[in-house]
Amino acid sequence: MTKAMQALQFKPKSRWREFLGEKLISMNAFLALAAILLIFVFVFKEAIPLFTDPEIRAEAGLDKLLFKQEFYAGREAKWSWQPNSEVPKYSLLPLFLGTLKAALVAMVFAVPLGVGAAIYTSEFSSRRLREIIKPLIETLAAIPSVVLGFFALMVLATWLQNLLGLTFRLNALNAGIALGLAVVPIVFTVAEDAMMSVPRSLRDAAVALGANPWQVSFTTVLPAAAPGIAAGVVLGFGRAVGETMIVLMASGNAAIISLSFLESVRTFSATVAAELAEVVFGSGHYTVLFMIGSLLFLFTFIVNLGGDIALNRLKRRLQGRTT
Amino acid sequence: MKKLAYVGIGMAFSAALLAASGNITVKGSDTLVRLGQRWAEEYMKKNPGVVIQVSGGGTGTGIAALLNGTTDVCQASRDMKEKEYQQAKEKGIAPKRISVALDGIAVFLHESNPVKELSLAQLKGIYTGAISNWKEVGGPDARIVLYGRENNSGTYAFFKEHVLNEEDYSEYTQTLPGTAAVVNAVSKDKNGIGYGGIAWATGVRFAAVKRADDAPAVSPTIETIVNGSYPISRDLYWFFGGNPSGELKKLVNWALSEEGQKLAEAMDYVPLPKDKAMANMIE
Repeated sequence: MTKAMQALQFKPKSRWREFLGEKLISMNAFLALAAILLIFVFVFKEAIPLFTDPEIRAEAGLDKLLFKQEFYAGREAKWSWQPNSEVPKYSLLPLFLGTLKAALVAMVFAVPLGVGAAIYTSEFSSRRLREIIKPLIETLAAIPSVVLGFFALMVLATWLQNLLGLTFRLNALNAGIALGLAVVPIVFTVAEDAMMSVPRSLRDAAVALGANPWQVSFTTVLPAAAPGIAAGVVLGFGRAVGETMIVLMASGNAAIISLSFLESVRTFSATVAAELAEVVFGSGHYTVLFMIGSLLFLFTFIVNLGGDIALNRLKRRLQGRTT
Repeated sequence: MKKLAYVGIGMAFSAALLAASGNITVKGSDTLVRLGQRWAEEYMKKNPGVVIQVSGGGTGTGIAALLNGTTDVCQASRDMKEKEYQQAKEKGIAPKRISVALDGIAVFLHESNPVKELSLAQLKGIYTGAISNWKEVGGPDARIVLYGRENNSGTYAFFKEHVLNEEDYSEYTQTLPGTAAVVNAVSKDKNGIGYGGIAWATGVRFAAVKRADDAPAVSPTIETIVNGSYPISRDLYWFFGGNPSGELKKLVNWALSEEGQKLAEAMDYVPLPKDKAMANMIE
C-alpha cells in the first residue's frame, strides 16, 4: 500500500467524531432543504393579499387579472397591462401570450438542433469527435444570459430585420432564437445521456437482425430513449419560460395581444425583473408581481418534476424493471 | 508621552466618528445616476473620510428605497406622486425635496427621418397610438415604431404626465431598460422614435418641439431649457427622509455650489440658474 493510499483510508479516530461528522452533514442537507422551503413560503406569502386584502382585491382581484375589463366608462373592454396608470391595469393575458410565444419559438429552434446533435454524437460520430462536440455544446450553457441578450439586441435583431424586412426590430422571433441558444445545451445534454444509456445489448440485437446504423438508431435507440428525450424537451421548455435577462433585452417588452411572432412581446419573467425593484412593499402592484413569481415557480416546479419522473421511468425501463 | 497618547486616542475617536457619519447612500433615477456618481467621486476626493455609494435603478426604485429606509438620498427625475407622499406619511417620513439640476426631455429620431418638428399634440397622438404612420406628421408612408422607458423610470412618468396628459401609452410601445438603450434602438431603426434626457443622445437627431400647433418649434438646448421655452423640461430632484444634516447637508450644499453645478454642466446636464441654486441650499 502506497503512502497516498494510506492517507486516504478512512478510519474515524473515535465514535464521538464520527457522530459529529454525520450530524454536520445531515444538518447541511436540512439547511439547504429549509432554504428552498423558505423561499417557496416567502414568494407565496407575498402573493396571498391578492385573495385576502379587500383593498388590494379591489385594485387587482382575480377577475381583473384574468378577464377583459372595461377600464374607462364607455370604452371597449380589453386585456391590458398598464400597472402605473391612473387606473392600474393588471391583465395577465398579454404577458401569458408573450411568454408562450417566446418559449415556443425557442423550442422550435432548439429541439431539432439539440436532439439532432444528440443523435449525431451518440450514434454516428467517432469517439474522439464526440469528446470535442459534447463539451463544446455544454459550454454554450455557460455563456451568461446577459451576453446572449446583448447579442440578440445588437446583432441578431438587425440581421433579422434586414433579412425579413421587419417593422419591429425587437420581437418574439428575435427573443425566441436567443432563448433557443440557451435551451439547446439542456435539450442536448439530457437527450444525449438518455441515448447513451440505452444498453449495448439492444443495439447488438438490432445489428444481429441485419439493421444498418440508421435503422438501429431510429427504430431501436430513439424509441427506447424517447422518455429521456421528452424530459430534455420539457426541461428546456421550463428554462425558456423562466429565463429573464434574454427576454428583457431582446423582446421589446410591449404587452400586446396578438398571435404574430414578428411583434414585440412582454413575458412574465421580464415583467417581474423590470418592475419589482420599483414597487412599494405590500402595494397591489407588488402583490401581483409576486403572484406572477408564484406562477412561474409552480410552473417550473411541475415541469421539472415531470422531467424527473420521465427520466426515472426511462432508467427503470432500460434496466428491465417493470414496476 | 501622555499627551501624545491622548492625541492618539482623540484622533482614533474622531476617525471612528467620521467613518460612522460619513457613509452616504444615493439611489434612484437612471437619468441622474451619472451626475450623482461624478459628484460623489469629486466630493470623496475632497473629503477622504466620506464614503458615498451611488446606484441607479429608476426613480421609483429610489423612492421605494427612501420609504423603506434603505437610502439616504433618493435621486428623482420627477416629483413624488400623491400616493407616495401618502405612503411616506404612513411610515412617519416627511420627505424633503431639493432640485439639484434641470433636464430637458428630447425626442429622438433616426438621422434619416425627414420629420423636423412635432407639436405636443402630435407627440401625444404618436405615443397613445392615435397617430401610427409617419405620413400623418409629414414623414414617409411607414409605421411609427415606438420606443420608451420601463415604467419604473421617472422619464416614463414625466412624459406620461406632461405629454400624454396621463393617458396610457400605446400597447405597442417597446420599453427598454435605460435611456442609452432607447437611443441605441432609435439610431438603428429608421422608423423609430424615442425620448429621454438630452445628455444621452449619440447617433440620433432631436426633433424640435412646438407647444401648440401654431407655436414656434424649439430645439432642446441648455439655453432653451433654462429659460423654459423648450416645452418638455423638468427639474431633477434629490429627496431626503427629513431635513439633511451633518455630512449629508454639506454634500447637498456643495452639489448646489458653483463648483458642483459646473460639474453638472460638464456632464451635459443643465445647471440650475445661480439664484435658484443659492435659494435651494440648506441653512
